[in-house]
Amino acid sequence: MSPTGSTLTREPQEVAGEPRPPGRDRSTRYSQRRRDAVTGYLFLTPWLIGLVAITLGPILASLYLAFTDYSLLKPPEWIGLANFQEMLSDRRLHKSLLVTFQYVLISVPLQLLMALGLAIVLNKGIRGLGFYRSVFYLPSLLAGSVSIAILWRQIFGQEGLVNDVLAKFGIEGQSWVAHPDFALGTLILLNGWTFGAPMVIFLAGLRQIPASYYEAAAVDGAGRWTTFVHITLPLLTPIIFFNLVLQVIGAFQSFTQAFVVSGGTGGPADSTLLYTLYLYDEGFGSFHMGYASAMAWLLLAIIAALTAINFLFAKRWVFYGDE
Amino acid sequence: MTSETLPRVRAGRTPGTESRGKGLLKHLLIIAFGFVMLYPLLWLLSSSFKPTEVIFREPSLLPSKVQFDNYTDGWTALAHPFQHYLLNSAVIAVLAIIGNLLTCSLAAYAFARVEFPLKKLWFALMLGTIMLPIHVLIVPQYVLFSKLDWINTILPLVVPKFLAHDAFFVFLMVQFIRGLPRELDEAARLDGCGHFRIYARIVMPLCLPALATSAVFTFIWTWNDFFSQLIFLTDPDKYTVPVALRSFMDAQSGTSWGPLFAMSVVALVPIFGFFLAGQRYLTRGIATTGLK
Repeated sequence: MSPTGSTLTREPQEVAGEPRPPGRDRSTRYSQRRRDAVTGYLFLTPWLIGLVAITLGPILASLYLAFTDYSLLKPPEWIGLANFQEMLSDRRLHKSLLVTFQYVLISVPLQLLMALGLAIVLNKGIRGLGFYRSVFYLPSLLAGSVSIAILWRQIFGQEGLVNDVLAKFGIEGQSWVAHPDFALGTLILLNGWTFGAPMVIFLAGLRQIPASYYEAAAVDGAGRWTTFVHITLPLLTPIIFFNLVLQVIGAFQSFTQAFVVSGGTGGPADSTLLYTLYLYDEGFGSFHMGYASAMAWLLLAIIAALTAINFLFAKRWVFYGDE
Repeated sequence: MTSETLPRVRAGRTPGTESRGKGLLKHLLIIAFGFVMLYPLLWLLSSSFKPTEVIFREPSLLPSKVQFDNYTDGWTALAHPFQHYLLNSAVIAVLAIIGNLLTCSLAAYAFARVEFPLKKLWFALMLGTIMLPIHVLIVPQYVLFSKLDWINTILPLVVPKFLAHDAFFVFLMVQFIRGLPRELDEAARLDGCGHFRIYARIVMPLCLPALATSAVFTFIWTWNDFFSQLIFLTDPDKYTVPVALRSFMDAQSGTSWGPLFAMSVVALVPIFGFFLAGQRYLTRGIATTGLK
């Protein structure tokens, strides 16, 4: 912190802009800059400590561990690329990648379509918008909790709510969470249920579209659909893109729901073994911490690659008004 | 079609767009959809007041007889009474809020208002860490914290918050502070205030909305957090609500859904409370930064 005394004596001189001998002025400004530098770093100290100790340090350590065999009990042993070679033949890893891609590629579009559709319906000057927005947003806040995962496990269980409803139509249900063909579907629905957060972002984006565009379209006699396709949608593409990137990154890291619904196993028959579940199992179930680190880097690479692909394709369909 | 951009128009009756009847139909459809979306939650709440053997036989949302046995049974079903886990969770959540508000705002002020060497580099690094998956860090962090003998303490969950580890909030506050008029700081500078006083007396009070948003999100994320609590807290005495619920679920093997539902409801109540109290800040927070 700059000593208050010197601030008091020197600063007013500088800002008052009175003519000063050039040498003096430069030194005042120089010391002001130095004080700012010291202050800036003081403000930043907690974050810098965190950056080094629990972010950058662990990243480097994780990179190193990815090339070792390590179980916490013995010191890490350098094994070169063996972890990555093992990945090539690890059937469970392949299964978990497949499951995760299915999960992300189905649940994110589902979630975004629902979010966009509802945002458009709600945006049309509806009374009680705030209330509706809250109602639809609530699941996004709750869905990450263990409580909801427990509820889901029951809803889609043998004696669950879904089967109760089906029974009314004379359909005999089954335990959806215990069937390898359907268990992942229940998790996809759960992620779809969290459409409220992207919906709120869409609503904010829709408000940014200038009314004059719609007025011009109306003057030209454009109908609702034409207006939507030629005005709303193009102007909303940056927001759609933003939501897409965000939700893809988020979905790749889903853990709690799959863990709780499958009782920590990723079952039945590994059908809900999301990548993070397998990573947890390797790292903290079997304490294969070297292998888990290698898996973490593969995850990072996949997320980075998908984000990059998203950005590359964005040029084709995302429209920025100032272009 | 001006109604598209005027969400606050009363009753949505901009001239010539929608008739009353059509508007009403739309409301009914939205309400019906909302009801379907919230049905699982309502069902959870209602079931928590029904005896377990009735839950699956009585589909009605209104319990024929409200009874609190599930709550009293569930409260004492685990090794400790449930308030033990609530307290464990609350301690972590409160400390996390304090840590995040303090250290994220300090870092944000530096990025938004102070000129210092390498600022751009640090800022880029800060943005880079926002999207970093926790999985890349968790193994070395676990090794580090176990070397420090911090496993089964709250420290691995709390100390990072005092080191501004949640870069989301740094970014959110930077954006907010940048939006504040600089004239205020400059006036204070003329009056002889240093950066610390400007931070504490001028910028922080003006930042209350951003601080509130950060506090609400920190609470909800910490309260819901399962992954790191599962990893760092393995001693049943130290269990937080999510970890305790999960062990409850594993132990009951389908026989006592009632008490399990009741405790699930108890676990959701604080989030719901924060949701009601902080709605304004929540929607504003997501709209500006895209948080979940």
